[in-house]
Amino acid sequence: MAEKLDKVDVVVVGAGWAGGITAAELSKAGYKVVGLERGKDKTVEDFIGAKDALRYDARFEMMEDHSVQTITGRRNSDEEAIPLRTQDDNFEGNDVGGSGSHWSGVTHRATQFDFEAHSKTIEKYGEDKIPDDMFLQDWGITYDELEEYYDKFEKMAGTSGEEDPLGAPRSSDYPTGPMKETPAIKLFKEAAKNVGYHPFQIPSGNLSEQYENPDGQTINACQYCSYCMMYGCDFGAKSDPVVTVIPTAKESGNYDLRTNAYVREVIHEDGKASGVLYVDMKTGKEYEQPADIVVVAAYTLSNVKLMLLSKIGEPYNPKTKKGVIGKNAGGFTGSSSGVATGFFEDKKFNLAMGAGALGGTFSDLDSDNLDTSDLNFIGGGIVELRLRGEDPIGYNTVPEGTPAWGKEFKEKSIHYANRNLAIHFKPPNYGWSFNYMDLDPTYKDSFGDPLLRVTMTISDHEKNLRKFGNEKMSEVMEEMGADIIDTEEIPDDWDFNQGGGEAGGGVIMGDDPEISAVNNYCQVWDVDNLFVIGASALPQKIPQQTATVGAFAYRASEGIIKYLEDGEGLLVEPKEKSST
Amino acid sequence: MVDNENKTSPNNSNSAQDPSRRKFIKNTGIATGGVVGGALLGGLIGNSYKSDDTSTTKDDTSERQYDESRMFFTRFEDFKVLQQATERIFPEDDNGPGAIKLGVPYFIDKQLAGEFGSNKKDYMKAPSKDIEDVTTYQTLMNRGEVFIEGLRKLNTESQNRHDTKFYDLEEADQDAMLIDLEEGKIKLEAVKSNTFFELLRQMTIEGAYADPLYGGNRNMEGWKMREHPGIRASYIDVIESEDFQKLDPISLKDYQQ
Repeated sequence: MAEKLDKVDVVVVGAGWAGGITAAELSKAGYKVVGLERGKDKTVEDFIGAKDALRYDARFEMMEDHSVQTITGRRNSDEEAIPLRTQDDNFEGNDVGGSGSHWSGVTHRATQFDFEAHSKTIEKYGEDKIPDDMFLQDWGITYDELEEYYDKFEKMAGTSGEEDPLGAPRSSDYPTGPMKETPAIKLFKEAAKNVGYHPFQIPSGNLSEQYENPDGQTINACQYCSYCMMYGCDFGAKSDPVVTVIPTAKESGNYDLRTNAYVREVIHEDGKASGVLYVDMKTGKEYEQPADIVVVAAYTLSNVKLMLLSKIGEPYNPKTKKGVIGKNAGGFTGSSSGVATGFFEDKKFNLAMGAGALGGTFSDLDSDNLDTSDLNFIGGGIVELRLRGEDPIGYNTVPEGTPAWGKEFKEKSIHYANRNLAIHFKPPNYGWSFNYMDLDPTYKDSFGDPLLRVTMTISDHEKNLRKFGNEKMSEVMEEMGADIIDTEEIPDDWDFNQGGGEAGGGVIMGDDPEISAVNNYCQVWDVDNLFVIGASALPQKIPQQTATVGAFAYRASEGIIKYLEDGEGLLVEPKEKSST
Repeated sequence: MVDNENKTSPNNSNSAQDPSRRKFIKNTGIATGGVVGGALLGGLIGNSYKSDDTSTTKDDTSERQYDESRMFFTRFEDFKVLQQATERIFPEDDNGPGAIKLGVPYFIDKQLAGEFGSNKKDYMKAPSKDIEDVTTYQTLMNRGEVFIEGLRKLNTESQNRHDTKFYDLEEADQDAMLIDLEEGKIKLEAVKSNTFFELLRQMTIEGAYADPLYGGNRNMEGWKMREHPGIRASYIDVIESEDFQKLDPISLKDYQQ
């Protein structure tokens, strides 16, 4: 029997970006907040000297312990799902900071098109452009409406960047200037210009200068040391909840953060949540934490699993295509759709140096700027050439046809170690009727609850995008003067991998409860004092979701305060009739 | 972007050449009163003292390698197969040492003795199902058990084919057997053969390039072959340089406090 604790104003599940921002905003406003984090406590001190590629990159130091839980996967409803057993197959951030500590720092906003993908597609190309079985949906909020929250996120995070010449309107400049331009980035930008594109520096959470944010937290200047993505920053120079919102929440005196606290269920009755049930992983003891407001802000997969285990909202049914929880799963099939890798015989680059978000980009091929009338897909994608800093364990880039081991592998992997660059094309993953999440009938977690099951395949639409990406990236790489250009092999099907904090959907946002689970405050339609915040709210998995998740969290926090001040009820009334 | 490794770069006197982090401290403004967290400051100061002590580290090759005895493998026979298999995957050549000289077999032995070898952070619950064309780790055997199974099979299969142990075969015959393992033509008990092969391949590369802390990449020779600088505080002063920066590698021993 769970021990019932004293009631608080708000309980927040998770202490990454979504949970950290919400905890900071609500505790600053004077509300008593309890944070429940399944992993360990983390401070900047944990990251000092953490430049160990085996431990952090190859052995996934900062990721979920699958002896407690993982997910299962299959490629269609007839297949029996298998568990994704190792961290190679499935990794998601763990501990205080969550994915916000190990992320690269790439801080793109979503495009204007992303927010209204359904209506803009019909408006520009007609209804017939949308393939059967694609669940293309508007988010119930526009870019212009979310802009002020993007601005808040970037100012808190200190984002370093310069304006995209073809980008959506911004209310203010980036808080810090763009990162340094390396020879490889210059080469990329010149080539992109020659092809007719408008390149600029990737907006970055690896800061170009020391910065104090409006909450009084200081983020240091990036040293381009390369131990960035998959690591916590040695210097506190990355936009990271551990450096920003977590200390802000703690300094308020209103945030009680409990670690090793694994939440199993949201307790609710008659459309109201009353708290959560969690296990103290050190003692095995169960607790009930009552609260006026419950915020579920874990990683996408845990958000969906918690909703299904708690029996909140109607689970998606692929036969009837009705229901919402688990719908529009995306981001499992890799964030890149089209890659051109170039090998240079007479140029050497300093590839050991870099930072997670260091690189060049252009948005000429993204959905706001690309006319797809004569193309066999919807939308478009962002383009990136990044210099993350290549550690030899993880990077052995060799031309196609080279064996994966032995004499020739050794020779070529050493020869090309500093002579290769790659350009990636990254479109959103749109929702499909056959890609979804539900509970696995066979496999259980260590508490005896079912694992989350993912049913995922690669659609022809995605294959078309990958072909397009390969072609366009190769054109730029050719202009860069590469001697050998390899493009990504287009996979037949999903390879049972979930990596890199890329998963999205499952508790999606919209203006119609028939086809969405939450409104544009991340408020659950069916339980109005429950807010589910994260990439789980994205109706289509956008290529870089962090800034958008952050913006959602700022907007949700504002909504929660409104709810607590003005009394209960839905913050947005549902739209009468579905538009899909 | 000229290959400048044989010339002296004009940037050679900057922080990326300097194993200590003193220069870095100046860059970030810590020494000039910039605001940083106390923990960070403590770490940096500690490190700058540390690097003074270690700047004269001697490479004493006559010293005995007390960390090179078997921690996981009980049978020397299994270890001998491992040595030869890793050497075929990452052979000695004109670039430099192969797996054995880099300490890869001992690296793997140590890894298998720890939590990676016992799949501590993996989901190991039954049932074990198989999908024909899927290569994810599905066996309920842990990595240590997979290695024992795989290495012993290489020896028995070698006996059947050539009437000799795997480690006594000619290189070409060893290669042929490893290709058969990779392609699934040599079957293993309760685990797909390419699960074992992929693990063996990946761990060999890890042993060549992981920080020497783990027992491989001996004397940072793996990094030197790749012209990899190892672990350095900062490249802020050289990141924009047109020239390739050839820097002597630094390991965690000289970086952490």
